[in-house]
Amino acid sequence: MRISIDKDRCIGAGQCALTAPKVFTQDDDGFSALLPDYEEALDGATVKEAVRVCPVQAISLD
Amino acid sequence: MADAETVSFPQNRTCPYHPPTEYRSEHRGQQPVSPARLFDGRTVWLVTGHTEARSLLVDQRLSSDRENPAFPFFAERLAGTTLRRVELLGVDDPEHNVQRRMLIPSFTVRRTAALRPRIQETVDRLLDTMVEQGPPADLVDSFALPVPSMVICALLGVPYDDHEFFEAQSRKLLRGPKSSDVEAARDALDEYFRVLIERKRATPGEGLLDELIANQLESGAVDHDELVRLAQILLIAGHETTANMISLGTFTLLQHPDQLARMRESEGLMASAVEELLRFLSIADGISRVAVDDIEVGGVTIRAGDGVILTTSVINRDGNVYAHPDDLDLGRNARNHVAFGFGVHQCLGQNLARAELEIALPALFDRLPDLRLAVPAEEIPFKPGDTIQGLLEMPVTW
Repeated sequence: MRISIDKDRCIGAGQCALTAPKVFTQDDDGFSALLPDYEEALDGATVKEAVRVCPVQAISLD
Repeated sequence: MADAETVSFPQNRTCPYHPPTEYRSEHRGQQPVSPARLFDGRTVWLVTGHTEARSLLVDQRLSSDRENPAFPFFAERLAGTTLRRVELLGVDDPEHNVQRRMLIPSFTVRRTAALRPRIQETVDRLLDTMVEQGPPADLVDSFALPVPSMVICALLGVPYDDHEFFEAQSRKLLRGPKSSDVEAARDALDEYFRVLIERKRATPGEGLLDELIANQLESGAVDHDELVRLAQILLIAGHETTANMISLGTFTLLQHPDQLARMRESEGLMASAVEELLRFLSIADGISRVAVDDIEVGGVTIRAGDGVILTTSVINRDGNVYAHPDDLDLGRNARNHVAFGFGVHQCLGQNLARAELEIALPALFDRLPDLRLAVPAEEIPFKPGDTIQGLLEMPVTW
C-alpha cells in the first residue's frame, strides 16, 4: 500500500493523525506527514478510515 | 424552486438535542437537497443528505464569502450589519488558506495533547469551587463556560480577568438581538484587541497572539487590523462552541442514564463518546454558503447566486450512514460526522474541543456522581434556532 499526501491541499485538521496515529502525524507546520516506521503499523481499515475522514481528500492510496 | 411545502429556516428545536422535525427529509419527500425559506422570504437550498453535504462542502463552486451580497444569513441582525467581513471562516481560498496556515501549527493533535494537563487542572479547580460552594449551581456559569474560556485565554495569551467583558460581548455578537448590538459588540472587541496587541508588542507574553505578533505582524505577513479580527474569531469560536457542548452534552447524558452509566464504567469509551455527542448534538446547526457557479446535486440544480444551508443536525442523523440515527450510542463509530464541518473550513479548534470534552465530562461525573437537574428537564431554557445551539442555563444539584 502506497500512501500519498497532498500537502498543498492539507489544512492541518489532524483527522489522519487522530484516526491512524501509528501511521500519520503532523509536522511542525501542522501538515500531515507519515511516521518514519509507518509501514510496520499499516492496517488497511484504519488507513482507509483516515482517507475517508480527511476533510479535503488530501490522502490517496494505491 | 419554492412551493407551498417549503420549510422555513431557521426553526427552534423543540427538544434541545433533536433537530427541528420539519428540517428532516422525511418531511420533504426524502429529498437530500430541497428548498427552504429564510427569515426575509428568500428561498435557499436546505441540504440534509450526508453524501450530498460531503460533496458540496469540498466543492469550490460554493463560497463562504460573507461579503458576497447573495450570502444567506440566518437573521436580520446578521444580514443588517454594515461590515460583513469575517476573517478565516468567512473568506475563500487563497486568502483563507494564508490565514489558516498561520494558525494550524498551534492546533495540531500534538499541541492540543500537550495542553491536556492544563485543561485537567482548570477542570479540577472549577469542580473544587463548585463543591466548596455547595449545591445548587448553574452548570453553564460555574463549569461549562469557564472551562473553555480559561483554556482559550491561556492558549491565546488573553487575560482571563477580562472574561466577563468578552463573554458578554460575544453573546451580543452572536445573538444580538439587533444589528446595532452585533456591531457594537464587534467594535468593543476590536478596541479590546487593538489595545491588547499594542500592550503585547511592548511587553510580550506567552501565547498564540504573542507568537503571531512576533512571527506574522512584525514581518508584515498580517496587518494590525486583520490580526485584531482574527484574534476576535479565535476567542469567540474557542469558548462559545465548547461551552455549549459541555452544557448540552451533560444534559443529554442525564437524559440517557444508560449511556451515562456506560461512559462512567469505561474510560476507554471517552473518545468515541465525544464523537457521538458531537454527531448527536450538532450544535453548529446550519453551515451557510453561496453558489458562485451552477451545481447539479441530489437531483436539483443549484444556480449561481443561490444560498445553500447545510443542516448538520439532520445530515448527522442520515439513516444511510448511521444505524438508528436518533439513538445516542456512545460506542458507535461516529467519526465521519460533519459537526465540525467538512472541506477547507473544517473547524480549526476541533482537537482542542475534543480534548476539553474528553476531560471535562468524565471529571464532572466522577467528582459529582449524584449530579442531576435541579428543575424538570422541560424547564431548562435553551438557545433559539438562529444561533449556535446550547443551554442558556442549567440549574443542577448533587
